[in-house]
Amino acid sequence: MKNFAHLIEVLDQTTKTNEKVDALAQYFRLASDKDKVWVIALLSGRRPPRAVNTSLLRQWASESAGIENWLFEETYHIVGDLAETIALLVSSNNPKTAEEMPALHEILESLIPLKNAEEDQKKIFVCTYWSKFDYLSCFAFNKFFTGGFRLGVSQRLMTKALEKYTQIEADEIALKLMGNWDPQKVSFESLILAENKEAHEAKPYPFYLAYALEDDFSALGDVSLWAIEHKWDGIRAQLVFRNNSVYLWSRGEELINAQFPELLSLGQVLQTSCVLDGELLAFQDKKPLPFSALQKRLGRKKSSEKLRAEIPVVFMAYDLLEYQAEDLRAQPYSKRRQQLERFSFGGPLQLSERITPAHWSQVEEEKGRSKEKGSEGLMLKKLDAPYRVGRKKGEWFKSKLDPMTVDAVLTYAMRGHGRRSNLYTDFTFGLWHTSTEKEAELVTFAKAYSGLTDKEFVEVNQWIKKNTIARFGPVRQVNAELVFEIAFEGVSKSSRHKSGYATRFPRILRWRKDKTIEEANHLHDLEALLQ
Amino acid sequence: MKDPLLEFSDKGIYCPKADVYLDPWRPVDKAIISHAHADHSRWGHKKYIAHEHSVPIMQHRLGDIEVAAKKWGESFSINGVRFSLHPAGHIVGSSQIKASYKGETWVFSGDYKLHHDHYTTPFEPQKCDVFITECTFGIPAFRWPDQEQVMEQIRNWWQQNAANGVTSVLFGYSLGKAQRLSYHLNDAIAPLLLHPVIYAHNEVVHSVKPLPMHQKLDQGVDPKAHRGALIIAPPNTQDAQWLKKWEPYKTAAASGWMATRGARRRRGYDTGFVLSDHGDFNELNTAVRASEAESVICTHGYTEIYSKYLNSKGIRATTADTPFEEEPNES
Repeated sequence: MKNFAHLIEVLDQTTKTNEKVDALAQYFRLASDKDKVWVIALLSGRRPPRAVNTSLLRQWASESAGIENWLFEETYHIVGDLAETIALLVSSNNPKTAEEMPALHEILESLIPLKNAEEDQKKIFVCTYWSKFDYLSCFAFNKFFTGGFRLGVSQRLMTKALEKYTQIEADEIALKLMGNWDPQKVSFESLILAENKEAHEAKPYPFYLAYALEDDFSALGDVSLWAIEHKWDGIRAQLVFRNNSVYLWSRGEELINAQFPELLSLGQVLQTSCVLDGELLAFQDKKPLPFSALQKRLGRKKSSEKLRAEIPVVFMAYDLLEYQAEDLRAQPYSKRRQQLERFSFGGPLQLSERITPAHWSQVEEEKGRSKEKGSEGLMLKKLDAPYRVGRKKGEWFKSKLDPMTVDAVLTYAMRGHGRRSNLYTDFTFGLWHTSTEKEAELVTFAKAYSGLTDKEFVEVNQWIKKNTIARFGPVRQVNAELVFEIAFEGVSKSSRHKSGYATRFPRILRWRKDKTIEEANHLHDLEALLQ
Repeated sequence: MKDPLLEFSDKGIYCPKADVYLDPWRPVDKAIISHAHADHSRWGHKKYIAHEHSVPIMQHRLGDIEVAAKKWGESFSINGVRFSLHPAGHIVGSSQIKASYKGETWVFSGDYKLHHDHYTTPFEPQKCDVFITECTFGIPAFRWPDQEQVMEQIRNWWQQNAANGVTSVLFGYSLGKAQRLSYHLNDAIAPLLLHPVIYAHNEVVHSVKPLPMHQKLDQGVDPKAHRGALIIAPPNTQDAQWLKKWEPYKTAAASGWMATRGARRRRGYDTGFVLSDHGDFNELNTAVRASEAESVICTHGYTEIYSKYLNSKGIRATTADTPFEEEPNES
């Protein structure tokens, strides 16, 4: 556990990729095989089931620290991270040595049966560890319950570290790590070192990701060298059809068969074993539905018939990675596309249409039609490009529409988390609304956490401290005075929000020091932006 | 109700009976100064009163000022109000200021810590009716580790860097933290270099309290000849040009704020060492209890939370606004 806690510390302290890779590789060299498998599982999001919810953790931590709940909550809001707060409050000053404590894998495996244990057993389990761990181990331990490690360790970074340690190519390791495997049952040998034919059947390929195009289209050279299509606003997915079974994988390497059962029969349409790259889209009347519709499908672990009828989905194919058991990724895009087009499309299997412009100006025009087509913009793929792994510059680009924006008034501020835990940085914004009998008032329409520089944050923060009207725990209501331009990717009607609208990816674009609150937008301006 | 012995005015903490201010933030005629940090010891007062160890430091920082030096526990009267200074343990010369009049006693803590740093004169609790306390780290998340343990962490970090041919740059406030580090770290591992601002402070502080003399990092020091050195520098030089010459280097800060990952990352250091010249939550509680005060006024730090905590423990506490702001890099 101590070695793992130390690894977490090192990963946390550096932003340099190669230092993280080195630290991980070094950990793998020293750790037992069982611990290695668990660390791979943890860093790829395969944590043991959450045995204890956070409200119990907070309660027990308050008791262990001998403080009242309100003081725990205040402290948590200042520190910003629950696992860290608890470690600061309850870790031992005279911790046990690593030898006196169970190994990492033993602790993690004991969490699995803990899930079904009685509450007081859980409490004894957790509090006993708290009283024996030093700060770092306690922090790492708490993370098993509270969520992601967020240490800037991508899947790629971990496979690189494993490559360094095992001399097996990172791509091959990435393939081995995809899909469902149980760290309790699999050995390091069978997961990483052994040839693994059987599991290959379900496995997708690592996704190739596009860079955002920052220059004009013309900077890409000759337009005839590029394949151009719309950028669909769904979720990126691979459809794997092998040995008469269909597997649907999201970009986060999650198997999403359960949410989209209607696509599992696509094998009958495809007939030939293959792997397609494409977009899962909510789709009705030959047109994509907004992303918010798809979200309703994604949110359910299993989909109901009613929901399937209400929000039909399609797989919009745009690339072919494997055909008749042959890996096509090294072939140029044009060839893969040719082969792809030979499938029969229709119904739940759609082909992403290719646009064949003669000039970049026509590409620009097509981008202008994105909204009516229900897309986010355009994708540009070099015709002679292979299908690569990860985000690589130069051959795949996305060109997104400018975001929608409104000017809104800062109404509430909450202390930030993590990096900004001592600043008020989580902002709530309001737009004007005039109901029939009342005067105009500011109605909350979005919260935003990012978009300002550290320097601007400090300035806004000082302003907030001087302009607080009311306090609600970590939240302050402030004078309506500052105007910010808020950008978002989409807006839809929502009964769950007080304003009646939900925005997608709201963020602060800039501080409009030049505007007074009277110049901020009205709620009905959102109506005009509805898709 | 009778007038309070000390009150909070727009110029500072004021004693109307004696017509004197404690750590005033606007120019006044007469000021009693708790310690030489810039937010407590400001420029522009006509007359200063301070502990004898603070005097040369204040003169170094503020230039030619008229200042009367006092010893710990030395009592002096102003208009019938008896004042005295008592060690606060924060930095060299830092004092609590005690004011007594007609059997009523108030103590203003200034900044303080209870744990011994083995260099600064340790805090001496004073009994009083009203205790005006700082609470910079007044939430229970702050629990300081043992100083020797932290110094060991710093030495290990430095040693590790030196072994990799990397220079260690350790940021600490130039008055207080820098002397504490200079006193406890020795250059057995590799050369220890002091930023000129810190070197100048060390020279002054050395005159009242001896310090080991380390090398000054001036223009002539060749980075190539000092690979693996430890440089102690003020935090505001983190982005300064001179640092580039020392590539490759690692940075760290020694501060109480380093206890949280968020604060460390926000300031962009590679490593943080938890070393504070303020008390942690328990030290504050111990000081408040030891004062046996009937009521407590919290001046700076987590004032609202800490005063609420004291009230929940049956100790009457209020807050007062002061501009004693922890400079972001100070502690």
